[in-house]
Amino acid sequence: MRVLAAMSGGVDSAVAAARAVDAGLDVTGVHLALSRNAQSHRTGARGCCTIEDSRDARRAADVLGIPFYVWDMADRFHEDVIDNFVAEYAAGRTPNPCLRCNEKIKFSAVLDRAVALGFDAVVTGHHARLLDGLLTRSVDAAKDQSYVLAVLTREQLDRSIFPLGDSTKELVRAEAHERGLAGVADKPDSHDICFIADGDTQKFLRQRLGDAKGDIVDDSTGEVLGQHDGAFGYTIGQRKGLALTRPAPDGRPRYVLSITPVNNTVRVGSAEALDVSTVEGDRVVWTGGERPQGPIECVVQVRAHGKELPAVVTLRGDRLVAQLRGPERGIASGQAIVVYRGDTVLGSATITAAA
Amino acid sequence: MLPQALDAYVETAREVGNASSLHGPGRLARKHIEESRERIAAALGARPSEVIFTSGGTESDNLAVKGIYWARRRPRVLASSIEHHAVLDAVRWLEDHEEATVDWLPVDSDGRLELASVNLDGGDVALITVMWANNEVGTIQPIAELAALAAAAGVPLHTDAIQAVGHVPVDFAASGVSAMSVTGHKLGGPYGVGALLLGRDVASTPLLHGGGQERDVRSGTLDVPGVVAFAVAVEHVVKEQQEEAARLTLLRDELIARVLEAVPEAALNGPATPRLPGNAHFSFPGCEGDALLLLLDAQQIAVSTGSACNAGVAQPSHVLLAMGADPVAARSSLRFTLGHTSTPEDIDALVAALPAAVDRARRAGTF
Repeated sequence: MRVLAAMSGGVDSAVAAARAVDAGLDVTGVHLALSRNAQSHRTGARGCCTIEDSRDARRAADVLGIPFYVWDMADRFHEDVIDNFVAEYAAGRTPNPCLRCNEKIKFSAVLDRAVALGFDAVVTGHHARLLDGLLTRSVDAAKDQSYVLAVLTREQLDRSIFPLGDSTKELVRAEAHERGLAGVADKPDSHDICFIADGDTQKFLRQRLGDAKGDIVDDSTGEVLGQHDGAFGYTIGQRKGLALTRPAPDGRPRYVLSITPVNNTVRVGSAEALDVSTVEGDRVVWTGGERPQGPIECVVQVRAHGKELPAVVTLRGDRLVAQLRGPERGIASGQAIVVYRGDTVLGSATITAAA
Repeated sequence: MLPQALDAYVETAREVGNASSLHGPGRLARKHIEESRERIAAALGARPSEVIFTSGGTESDNLAVKGIYWARRRPRVLASSIEHHAVLDAVRWLEDHEEATVDWLPVDSDGRLELASVNLDGGDVALITVMWANNEVGTIQPIAELAALAAAAGVPLHTDAIQAVGHVPVDFAASGVSAMSVTGHKLGGPYGVGALLLGRDVASTPLLHGGGQERDVRSGTLDVPGVVAFAVAVEHVVKEQQEEAARLTLLRDELIARVLEAVPEAALNGPATPRLPGNAHFSFPGCEGDALLLLLDAQQIAVSTGSACNAGVAQPSHVLLAMGADPVAARSSLRFTLGHTSTPEDIDALVAALPAAVDRARRAGTF
């Protein structure tokens, strides 16, 4: 079997590729150049696709003795991930670009190209398992990435190999040392959004969307409490950074309840007002390939590394509705709702509303 | 490396001695260096004192371009738009940091310099730099004509002859150029050693200051075994040039004919002649060059796309763009290089693998 190992220059993808080699697969390493203007060095745990990362990936491939190439996916990444990210914020939603990248780049553009070039599958360093073809959480709950993979279809998953799902991150690092992958073994975990190198999402959005002053409004009274520089700067459930000069009458903290791009308004209110028990989504994907029948007793996850929420999921046409067993706060449109049974992913949808 | 160059390298590397030392071992090392200088000078039609050893092509090009620019204190530089990056980026650096104004000389659709674009009026030209033969598409440049223009205007002409030596006749004095870059690894010598042939009357400001070892234009302890092996290689390829060029031209023409037969949509880039004997360069419409590279590499056929940036991303070739290709066509191209180890069986293997690779690459599409 000929496989393409996507190698970011990090420890996970290097060990994943190594395990694929050990499994007897014919492995070719590919580094995806996603940045149009690659920085030469990585700073801290943020950013990706620096020249240094590309070299680290190449060095890991050399250690493994596999061919290695760099694929320029920068234009695709810009259009499908970064532009989408900005557009989603402009529309008052909170996107997850990792999910989008998996859906549009790694398991679509890259996978399609790999298949066309004669490869059978793509190997990545994601922490997740495929058990009988079903997407399943990693054994390392803290590092589990099944949430960001839950947008993949059965066809995509059938051409994916995740060699790390049975291992903890700690074990992966130790294995990298043992394998002589010294250059990547102790690289810091990547956090935050890879294309926002300094981690300042607000600044990034402001540079692209510009200042757009608008009102911050009390949700219950309709009173204007303050001004903001751009509604895109706010996320449902956000408490910090509201800069409201007048305290609430009851003296309790106020939270962002909703963002309305049409009139550029951010509505705030009490924590209780954040409580929702019904979540709706579209763009439904059943990762197992089959659409389940009837109401589904399950748990759902509504943000990356979020907790599991017991729920009953039903389908209304091509929309998914989750009735939560208990109230949950701060559910933002644009994030994914991922449906699990036990550790197994059943499917996902993009959140459109919560009430 | 050529076996005789490697032998010479190993033999010399066993000896101790700094060519700048005054004791016996030092004098022996110096003897090796000066003999090598004489051999290279004789092989390339230069005087020994005109051979300045460097660390290779990039340094030779930088020394010529920046050194002559600084020494001449004139603002204009004329450079062809298809130079190797070692010249291109040195010229751009002068443009960005030293206030040079640059005439980027255009080429025709075969990659041949447009001589009519050379304007040396005004007395403000520091130097002209045009490669002897292009490394990507193999086009041989009208160096003799250009040298006549330069001489008439009293402007030094530098030529990067790295691709030319050993493949076409190269004679420094007869060519009329003022400076010429050569390097070891492109002609069967070692990596990391090369030379700038610099006319005795051509001033160049050093890039590297120090012991002044090479005519005070280039400092640094000389790599004695490297220089010796370089000289052996230069001498060998120049001696064999005619015969090897004839052999490679036949082989290359066979490659071109059979590739065009196997993949009828393919288009040859660069002229049929005059062209470097070992060079063939094609565009494969609908394919990405790097996809073809991956597929052929998997069958042990080593080919090249243009150049890669620091991150390893294949860039559309500036040479093809200068020849009028659009970026998509430029990215669909591939270079096949034949050398002293190439055989007719290599052509058979390529032609056997290529059509299927092109099919696959086309299906993979463009990015």
